[in-house]
Amino acid sequence: MSVSETTAEQRTVLQDPSPQEQRTASRKAGWVRRAPLMPALVFVIIMTQLPFATTIVISFMSWNALRPNERGFAGFGNYAQVFSDSGLRSSVFTTILLTIVVVGVSLVLGLLIALLLDRHFFGRGVVRTLMIAPFLVVPVAAALLWKHAILNPSYGLINGVLTWVWGLFGSENPPQVAWLTQFPLLSIEAALIWQWTPFMMLILLAGLQSRPAEAFEAAKMDGASAVQAFRYITLPHLRRYIELGATLGAIFIVQNFDAVFTMTSGALGTANLPYTIYQTFFVRQDYGLAAAQGVIVVIGTIIVATFALRSVSSLLKEES
Amino acid sequence: MTTPGTSHGTQHQSEPGSARRTDAQEVAPTATAAEADAAPPRQTYRKHSPLSRPNPLWGVLAWVVGLLFASPALWMVLTSFHSEVDAATNPPSLFAPLTLDGYQSFFGNSNAWPSLINSATASVVSTVIVLVLSIPAAYALSIRPVKKWSDVLFFLLSTRFLPIVAAVLPLYVFAVWSGALDQIGLLIALYTAMNLPIAVWMMRSFLAEVPVEMLEAAQLDGAGLIRTLRSVVAPVAMPGIAATALICFIFSWQELLLARSLTGVVAGTAPVFLTSFVTSQGLFLAQVSAAATIVSLPVLLAGFAAQDKLVQGLSLGAVK
Repeated sequence: MSVSETTAEQRTVLQDPSPQEQRTASRKAGWVRRAPLMPALVFVIIMTQLPFATTIVISFMSWNALRPNERGFAGFGNYAQVFSDSGLRSSVFTTILLTIVVVGVSLVLGLLIALLLDRHFFGRGVVRTLMIAPFLVVPVAAALLWKHAILNPSYGLINGVLTWVWGLFGSENPPQVAWLTQFPLLSIEAALIWQWTPFMMLILLAGLQSRPAEAFEAAKMDGASAVQAFRYITLPHLRRYIELGATLGAIFIVQNFDAVFTMTSGALGTANLPYTIYQTFFVRQDYGLAAAQGVIVVIGTIIVATFALRSVSSLLKEES
Repeated sequence: MTTPGTSHGTQHQSEPGSARRTDAQEVAPTATAAEADAAPPRQTYRKHSPLSRPNPLWGVLAWVVGLLFASPALWMVLTSFHSEVDAATNPPSLFAPLTLDGYQSFFGNSNAWPSLINSATASVVSTVIVLVLSIPAAYALSIRPVKKWSDVLFFLLSTRFLPIVAAVLPLYVFAVWSGALDQIGLLIALYTAMNLPIAVWMMRSFLAEVPVEMLEAAQLDGAGLIRTLRSVVAPVAMPGIAATALICFIFSWQELLLARSLTGVVAGTAPVFLTSFVTSQGLFLAQVSAAATIVSLPVLLAGFAAQDKLVQGLSLGAVK
């Protein structure tokens, strides 16, 4: 494309000797070039920047829909409340814990499964398709499935299988766990790990398949063991893919609302930030406080997103 | 064919490497002279290497893992065809007689069809608008790039990383004020904004595959933007465009937070309808499973159709 640009510009130069005309022409060319981009860009700016600007404004207001007459300027009052409320603090902690556990475990599982699927075996395509399925179940449906069909204490699949296995050994007293009430956060994490492992697996498998064969073969010729080849050849090559998977996954899991809302409704210490904001907004109807919480989440996300953008751009540079 | 990197890698431990290389070439004397010239020694190694020797056990393990991961989804489908009584047994009744009762009670609900139609409308219309806006935008960011095109790309991406929950409040206030609350048009606009950045990124990576020579030829012929897009870009980028469309469709179809906050009885989408199953209602597992299966089916189909381009799409074009 750079070639065609230069020819176009040279032609412009030849046709327009006067510098003034040339400037007008190049400015016009710039707008012609920008025109296809403009509708999308303007639409995105209006639809995303305006709401966030409004959120910032509202975060400095005291505005509770239940007390409409007391609307006014609150200064940093809402922010002070965000940091002094212990419930909110614990929801920050829950969000971080949930994100780290889900991203970490699904990365490790995804890597192991990607290594398995990188081999040749009978029916590899079918297994790959089976592996993708969890990611393609609608998140609310997946959360309902885990809540009612898998983790239900009296007829869920896990307790059912426990009864069946214990029955095989003639036991009448299989362990029956009330997963969602005894291990609420773990249950949500399990459901999310089930959905996100395929995502990590897909990215890491693509990474494995782009691995230069030469270095790997050379290592094997040198008599490197499988573990050494993995440690010194495969893992360094996969580093960017791991970063990309981790950051993209983190961005989506920090924002997770569906699983928490569906499986526990934020009870038993599982309320993460998105759910808490939703509650502040719809139940307490404290708009000012909800907006301040929102701004805090945005700042937190920007920190994570900076890493994501960095790993996306490093892969982008490698490609070009 | 042995790259400098390879020979360099073998240098420090050349003894076993070169010894085995001679071995391997002697072991494979049947190769024709031409093949021996063309094929690098590593080709021979690949067959003998202990790492890539197909061990059937790994294949079996991969199948077990794949089935294990798919089992909750398979269980969901199986349960949806069981009667309510058979669905709620402990241990599970795997071979209970099949019935369509679950589906009948799902479609018997007067909200089921409207919610599916709302979801289809919001997803399909927003996807079409996303395509119309993102193809020209991606053209102006890759094929004939504007100045600072990478800044524009990263700005677009950053808007997608901002948590939706922080924008829900101003959107709700705006929707109440303008009368757009519970209108499908609002969801269409929001889903368009939500998917546009991702679509531009994906599309940019697919358009980058269009050969420069073809674009130059089109330019020499004096083809304008629309004609270039239609007759040069579209044919090459078609699989990518299709994958982008499918992924945007998936994201819109799955979305819960915006739909739950901004719609009610009129414009409620399928995920919103699913939230009516959050609290247990006696024996309803088969009905829940049927609902979850039906709502997930379009996403599963779209995902399997886009399988080959799924990674490239989900990683925003960073991973091929």
